[in-house]
Amino acid sequence: MERGQRFRNAAIGLTLVWITVFVAIPYLLVVLFSFLTPNPAGTVTWEFSLESYRSIFSPVFLKVCQSSFALALGTTALTLLTAYPFAFILTRIPEYIRRTLILLMIIPFWTSSLIRTYALIIILKANGLVNGFLMGMGWITEPVSILYTQVAVFIGLVYTLLPFMILPLYASLQKLDRRLIEAARDLGARGWHIFFHIVLPLSLPGIIAGSTMVFLPALGLFYIPDLLGGARSMLIGNFIKDQFLATSNWPLGSAASVLLTILMFLMLGWYFVVSRRANQGDMKELA
Amino acid sequence: MRKILQYAYLAFIYLFLYVPIVVLVVFSFNDTKFSTNWQGFTWSWYAKLFTDGPLMEAFANSLIIAVSSSTIATILGTLGAFAIYRYRFLGRKVTFSFIYVSMMSPDIVMGISLLMFFILVGLSIGATTLLLAHITFCLPFVVVTVFARISGFDRHIIDVAKDLGASELKMFRHVIMPMLMPAIIAGWLLSFTLSMDDVVVSFFTTGPSFEVLPLKIYSMVRIGIKPEINALSAVMFLVSLVTVTIAHILIAKENR
Repeated sequence: MERGQRFRNAAIGLTLVWITVFVAIPYLLVVLFSFLTPNPAGTVTWEFSLESYRSIFSPVFLKVCQSSFALALGTTALTLLTAYPFAFILTRIPEYIRRTLILLMIIPFWTSSLIRTYALIIILKANGLVNGFLMGMGWITEPVSILYTQVAVFIGLVYTLLPFMILPLYASLQKLDRRLIEAARDLGARGWHIFFHIVLPLSLPGIIAGSTMVFLPALGLFYIPDLLGGARSMLIGNFIKDQFLATSNWPLGSAASVLLTILMFLMLGWYFVVSRRANQGDMKELA
Repeated sequence: MRKILQYAYLAFIYLFLYVPIVVLVVFSFNDTKFSTNWQGFTWSWYAKLFTDGPLMEAFANSLIIAVSSSTIATILGTLGAFAIYRYRFLGRKVTFSFIYVSMMSPDIVMGISLLMFFILVGLSIGATTLLLAHITFCLPFVVVTVFARISGFDRHIIDVAKDLGASELKMFRHVIMPMLMPAIIAGWLLSFTLSMDDVVVSFFTTGPSFEVLPLKIYSMVRIGIKPEINALSAVMFLVSLVTVTIAHILIAKENR
């Protein structure tokens, strides 16, 4: 019995301590530091201040937010439009092929995302594959510049985040009861009608889950816009990074991180509300 | 007609996913340093790669961190998932929530929060802090993977083991662990890839004293492109292809 107690305490203790020390305390530090005064020499001055939150509503930061949100929203919309048909077609394919197809979709993501971004540079370069192809087909006469533009950043983000959209969509579309579609068809509903009134609403939890998993990283993945966009536009990710590595304004960087975290909670909350309403809210809860 | 369109779309997406990788592999054999045209076949980039000291060192560092962090995270995470499933204790729900939050929250937030924490407690940024950080971001994925499998168990199995006189440790070791193996392996593999691939958290939690591959590549790509990177990518792709296939076969066997 005594040994059983020891195992129990070890199992609980290790988890509790690790999560407290390396997750809870650092996260609370972010919140705490966002209310303190910056210290240009590094770290912070222990003096209460709301200055960081005031700077967050300054035109400079709002502009950063605007371009980041535009980029992240655009990326989310593009991945959704690309992934939805893909996930839908996938559910129609016989099981044994489907498994292989899903595996084939995941394999590229086991290689470094940086290396894949670098591969995109090769392809999108002025004398790269895409331009070579377009000129070879006679569609253009001189190379179009893709690399170091918004287009390249979008391509890079969509490429990196696509499976995070496909998998939740596929999961929710797969759960969809086919009989509902058949019933609607028997009752005379047309294709688009069925899609907008049955398939789309029922896959909403998947859409929101996928969008959350694309939107949030798209705000924070600073290295993709950095490499593909030539770092022309300042994004939230780069902004936070600079507060720590360039200007040493910990409170401001913390406040921006708090903002990102609040955004995450809002999106998660939205997901829970919708998935409960769609009556698929069987997220395994704590017993 | 409709079927053809559907397959064409699938093919288009797979083309999008694989063209960059194929390009890297092809270019790793291209006998030219600057041109993007095909100039003939060569192994020389592979030879150069294995004699490139700093690059190999970063690769070794990455491997060391990935193997040790995923192993520690798997041990901690498996115990943690079991503790959350089996025991009632103070802070259980809060712990579980923090696990979810840390999994969902943007990498950059975790990166800066750990950076501030390490500096505040006076740890110098390097191999140790990187290892701690990697364990931390792998841990939730192991917990969630293992927890998903464990919560599908019949709770009576534990009661039976206990009735037959097994201690908690024995029950965990001989009853639970074998049943959890597929999830434990999946958790380890997931952690390993996450760790090998991470850019953002590593960016904040290691310094020049301990360079890892993704950061090395990041700085190399920014300065200028070396063909050795193509060779390295091809090797890494091959390694991950083999790993994924093995994992897939293992899990498929286990499920049968």
